[in-house]
Amino acid sequence: MNESSRGEVEFTLDGRSVKAREGETIHAACRSAGIDTPTLCWAENLTPVNVCRVCVVEVEGARVLAPSCSRKVEAGMVVHTDSPRVRSSRKLVLELLGSSVDMSLSTDFADYAKRYGAEPGRFGPRAQPSAAGVRESALPGHHEVGDGTRAATVGQPTKVDNDLFVRDYDKCMLCYKCVEACGSDAQNTFAIAVAGRGFDARIATEHETPLPDSACVFCGNCVGVCPTGALMFKAEHDLREAGKWDESKQTETDTICSYCGVGCVLTLRVQDNKIVRVTSPSDSSVTGGHLCVKGRFGFKFVEESPRAP
Amino acid sequence: MDLRHHDVLPTAAERSAVDALLGVEAGDAPPAGFAAVRDARTLLLPALHALQSSVGWVSRGGLDYVCRRLGVPPAEAFGVASFYALFSLVQRPQAFAHVCDDIACTAAGAEKVCSELERKLGAPASGHAKTGTAHEDGAGHGPRWARSPCLGLCERAPAALVTIAGAEPKDCAFGAATASRIEAALAGSPPRIEEAYVASSGPRRLLARVGVADPASLAAYRAHRGYEALARAFELGAEGVLREVTESKLVGRGGAAFPTGRKWEAVARATARPHYVVCNADESEPGTFKDRVLLEGDPFAVVEAMTIAGYATGSQRGYLYLRGEYPLALERLSHAIESARAGGLLGANILGSGFAFDIELRRGAGAYICGEETALFNSIEGLRGEPRNKPPFPAQVGLFGRPTAVNNVETLVAVLDIVRDGAASYTSVGTAGSPGTKLFCVSGSVVRPGVYEVPFGTRLDALLALAGGVLPGKTMRTILLGGAAGGFVGRDQLSLPLSFEDTRKAGTTLGSGVVLVFDDETPMVPILRRIAAFFRDESCGQCIPCRVGTVRQEELLSRVVNGRSTLQGELPLLKDLGQVMRDASICGLGQTASSAIESAVALGLFEDER
Amino acid sequence: MEEAQVILLWGSNARETHPIFFHHVLKAVRRGAKLYVIDPRRTPTAEWSEGWAGLDVGTDIALANGVGRAILDAGLENRKFIANATEGFDAYRATLERYDVERVSTITRVDAELICRMARDFASAERAMICWTLGITEHHNAVDNVLSLINLALLTGHVGKWGSGLNPLRGQNNVQGGGDMGALPHKLTGFQDVEDDVLRSRFEAVWGCKIPPKNGWHLTEMFAAMGRRELTALYVIGENPAQSEADSTHALHCLEGLEHLIVQDIVMTKTAEMADVVLPASASWCESEGTVTNSERRVQRVRRALNPPGSARDDIEILCDLSSRLGYDMKARTPEALWDELRTLSPMHGGMSYPRLEALGGIQWPCPDESSVGSPFLHGRLWETPVRGPRAAFHPAEDEGPVDKLTSEFPLRLTTGRRLDSYNTGVQSGSFAWPMERRETVGIFPSDAARLGLRDGERVRVVSRRGSIEAPVRLDDRLKPGLVFMTMHFPDEVDTNLLTIDATDPRSGTAEFKAAAIRVEKVG
Repeated sequence: MNESSRGEVEFTLDGRSVKAREGETIHAACRSAGIDTPTLCWAENLTPVNVCRVCVVEVEGARVLAPSCSRKVEAGMVVHTDSPRVRSSRKLVLELLGSSVDMSLSTDFADYAKRYGAEPGRFGPRAQPSAAGVRESALPGHHEVGDGTRAATVGQPTKVDNDLFVRDYDKCMLCYKCVEACGSDAQNTFAIAVAGRGFDARIATEHETPLPDSACVFCGNCVGVCPTGALMFKAEHDLREAGKWDESKQTETDTICSYCGVGCVLTLRVQDNKIVRVTSPSDSSVTGGHLCVKGRFGFKFVEESPRAP
Repeated sequence: MDLRHHDVLPTAAERSAVDALLGVEAGDAPPAGFAAVRDARTLLLPALHALQSSVGWVSRGGLDYVCRRLGVPPAEAFGVASFYALFSLVQRPQAFAHVCDDIACTAAGAEKVCSELERKLGAPASGHAKTGTAHEDGAGHGPRWARSPCLGLCERAPAALVTIAGAEPKDCAFGAATASRIEAALAGSPPRIEEAYVASSGPRRLLARVGVADPASLAAYRAHRGYEALARAFELGAEGVLREVTESKLVGRGGAAFPTGRKWEAVARATARPHYVVCNADESEPGTFKDRVLLEGDPFAVVEAMTIAGYATGSQRGYLYLRGEYPLALERLSHAIESARAGGLLGANILGSGFAFDIELRRGAGAYICGEETALFNSIEGLRGEPRNKPPFPAQVGLFGRPTAVNNVETLVAVLDIVRDGAASYTSVGTAGSPGTKLFCVSGSVVRPGVYEVPFGTRLDALLALAGGVLPGKTMRTILLGGAAGGFVGRDQLSLPLSFEDTRKAGTTLGSGVVLVFDDETPMVPILRRIAAFFRDESCGQCIPCRVGTVRQEELLSRVVNGRSTLQGELPLLKDLGQVMRDASICGLGQTASSAIESAVALGLFEDER
Repeated sequence: MEEAQVILLWGSNARETHPIFFHHVLKAVRRGAKLYVIDPRRTPTAEWSEGWAGLDVGTDIALANGVGRAILDAGLENRKFIANATEGFDAYRATLERYDVERVSTITRVDAELICRMARDFASAERAMICWTLGITEHHNAVDNVLSLINLALLTGHVGKWGSGLNPLRGQNNVQGGGDMGALPHKLTGFQDVEDDVLRSRFEAVWGCKIPPKNGWHLTEMFAAMGRRELTALYVIGENPAQSEADSTHALHCLEGLEHLIVQDIVMTKTAEMADVVLPASASWCESEGTVTNSERRVQRVRRALNPPGSARDDIEILCDLSSRLGYDMKARTPEALWDELRTLSPMHGGMSYPRLEALGGIQWPCPDESSVGSPFLHGRLWETPVRGPRAAFHPAEDEGPVDKLTSEFPLRLTTGRRLDSYNTGVQSGSFAWPMERRETVGIFPSDAARLGLRDGERVRVVSRRGSIEAPVRLDDRLKPGLVFMTMHFPDEVDTNLLTIDATDPRSGTAEFKAAAIRVEKVG
């Protein structure tokens, strides 16, 4: 084996023989091969949790489909990414998700739903959203059996308990990204976790403690990774509520945070000469896409402090 | 770790319960250093049990104290506590009843018990209650009972579990439950323990000691050929044991039927260390109670078999994960492990072999999903009982990320005869494809419900005959084979030989050995909806196909039950849901959540009623 | 960082002051690295450690010497490296004779067992790192503090290789860059000596002007010169010395005595309010184009995302215009043109064109030409045999303790630091909507509070030899008996720097913000 082929495996991807690095996931190999595999819970700066199941592919010889985001390629594997079984599963998963969660702010979801012809409405009209606190009080292993005429959703009021970001769990698809970013993948603060079970599973602080009383340090890394807009910066939330959010008037500029010597890359999204969102590129070797409270939110002084005349 | 805790203090009872588990020397200080904190996490579930069983609920102060002691982030501990049905995050009376309304018990009149209980004790805990709420007037407040999924007492349906919290907690599970027996148990007078009915068609192997040897006596166990297998294992050497188990063609009895020998070899050969052995005693498949009967009736056999598994796989530590609803098994297993330790049969240098092995008993807390092997690992590790994606398989990456041999109780007990008498003796009964004997959990409308040991290949009608046949005056309608994750078979399939290969051919499964008989007086559609509700309740919630699919499946059945639509009209949706749950779910729960219902459709069980 | 096996964080509360750097530390910890935190306070950073060495304020050199001694006692020094790449080891060893672990434990109040464990783990690791922040440098003997840590790296050979080394964590996004660019009294761009005629003449040739051939003053010397009325005009760019200097009464007095004060800043700071001329500037990180250099020597691009308000202008424009008014027209006037000119003068920046900085996401210097991708670590030459260039020298350092001595009149030790949500004097961080309570407090150990009869939240007066302030008490069991903690984030409410001492390290010019002697009194 010569130097260049060491650590490579050869397998069949949609009828083509392709090479991949050993230990690489099917999803990564698909990207290298130019195959666009849908996913909602995967992010390059987080450990794959393979829960959304939108990225499933068919591996010949396996009883069930495999999540491409975490399944590693093996030599000789025969993988189909667009078989009828794969298409049908992706369509159904998107329908189930769309029927239970408000996915209206996910452009990825809209694209995928179109691509796979998903009809989230086929499970019937959506049930009324729950009143505040109802979903949080469900007992594991118990639920109230309805008459089945309305499709249950995670609908509920938005939680606003601080001025930096809001939590609209009506839009939470439970992708675990926020928990990972708050926890062992980046911030290691562990202010939130998945609580409850089954359809009542949810992202929560202990006993639903408001964020300012929880362990939260307001780094906003949860917001940074949220794919559905369930977690949203207050500035953006307020603009949207006021009908003033206008992406056509927005620019994005990368710069460096001024708050310490680490040199975190900030992506400033600006509308009407105001910063409306601060993120960091997930491929930055300095930040890995994550920031602290000062870098994320500490920009107000350029807008609001009395500037030197 | 720089955790933020709250200022709510534990009560004296909570503190002493947690200290009794974790020791008092450490005071409030968590373990020092990240590695030590990580290692302490595995004590989270036992600590939550300590709170629940001492005061009857997991209060804010209690939970926070556990977090301080173990260095667990409060949000994560809350996430774990709120995962399990046996932990209450709202204050409850210290005496509390869990009343089974699952399929076998419903068929046996559980609804009548529940409605009478509701009249006498008030409404059950269900739906919603705000966590962390302490009632002003103290312990006597709040609902006194809740409905429960299968309690594994199907042979004496309907069943109930009563828990009485306190410094010396008293839990009891019993069958033939009535409202008044439950009330008496809540008042501290539980019914007398009844041993399960067991029988066999030939010489007993798995059940040899059940009901024969005193389960509380190591001497009695040894007098009935106990520890002969372990002695033989030491003669054979680890390689010899692996060879015998492989040659016996023994396959797992938890439902998945994976060859045990291959599993053990993979662990034995794995280079990562340490290795672990796990006994999966989280028997929760509705209609299943065979493992309970072994655990209660022959606890030393499980201890001995785990020791052999440890020897063969190069493991020094075993975990026995027992479902939380089995108080009698808990008592007997604890006693067996202590006796074995005292007798030099666990610990260092067992029987002078130089081999060291010990077992830790862990108690589940009301989550069917923890019977899934990787969810079980997470549960032991102090995480939410969410299954992991496979591969990697447990033999490579299992408990604590290490190579792990995880086996069902019945599988382990079967190993004893294989090692003692050799693979050839074992394969002399049963069929070529499924050697040996199998335990079946026969319940429902039969004369003698119980656990039956028969050779593989025994016909279904022969097994029913052994159980005395269908109750007098009743006509058999259908049989649920393999549990809620299995499938229904019809009257025309009574000649089916009970082996893995024959059931597979017939498009059904032996699953965990459930044979639940329904007569034609039992309305089937509510039973089907109960199965759908079960999967909705027990889904861990991780993956979308299962989390939402089980809800849509139940809604669909509700529409049919309520006459809002017809089965015919719903069939395409039902089929699609079944397909996506089977194909795209992470684990077996979602993958099998529609099988019983789809088999019922195929049998026409819906049409009969409409 | 992430591949280090042992990390010593010395005088650094990185969890709160360098949160994203700490993410990388935590990655290492999750991979099994052992973290030791040396800090008088049991900070959130210390909560992640295997061992918290809660030394007394200002005893860092004693502790470092004790660790060195424990390494020698255990025979864990890297003899090959010492012989090949260092000099002055014998003198260092002789100094350590006086720092046996028991004595060091008495001086520092750190457990002898912990000192030995830390020494053993640090010395026997294959890759180990020492990182420090202001807990080391804001002392009157800051340079000795740093040298004592360098000695440990030389002793063990934990320098000049991947996953190892010495890492001072910078407090601002461009402290490093300021130095790189020559904003130092004795250096030209690229750390080239002002007093070196050959180097200086290269600059003079390109710039077409004469550069004063003598080293200038550093900040502390400037204040001294102001005190002597020798320095009478001051041009302050982006600093708030009226509030950020130790012993601010003295600092204000100096500023008030100036004949002319120009302040160029983005906001009206206290210093700007005193100025004769205020030049409104754009915020460099979001209203300007240019570069900054982070703690890992990575030169990165900053870009203009917002239009500056009102008459605020880019620093470069202001400086160029000012230069023109003074009679010198700068040739390069745009950020990129200036940068390209700089690249011809500073060898370590030679290969860093704007397009390459963009494409590579920043480049770590030295990067001499466009074939270089920069240097993730320095001093690799020390591992060459024979070593190329000068040997690395041990600099023995002696324990001194803080200048501001504890007495019965001032029995408590005040140390200052930062909090997660705030930054320096609060000019930037004061205005965003931090959801939790935010005000200055006097952190005090519960047993001290009890002895003084103080309740949590009670308003107290804190008095030092230089001044006094009032603030509410906060009981904090993460301190130690005798230790009091305050920040400098809220100078408008509580001017903590009225208390601090301006005893300054003559070599670094940094004042001893970290150690003042105080007493705490009940108010009224």
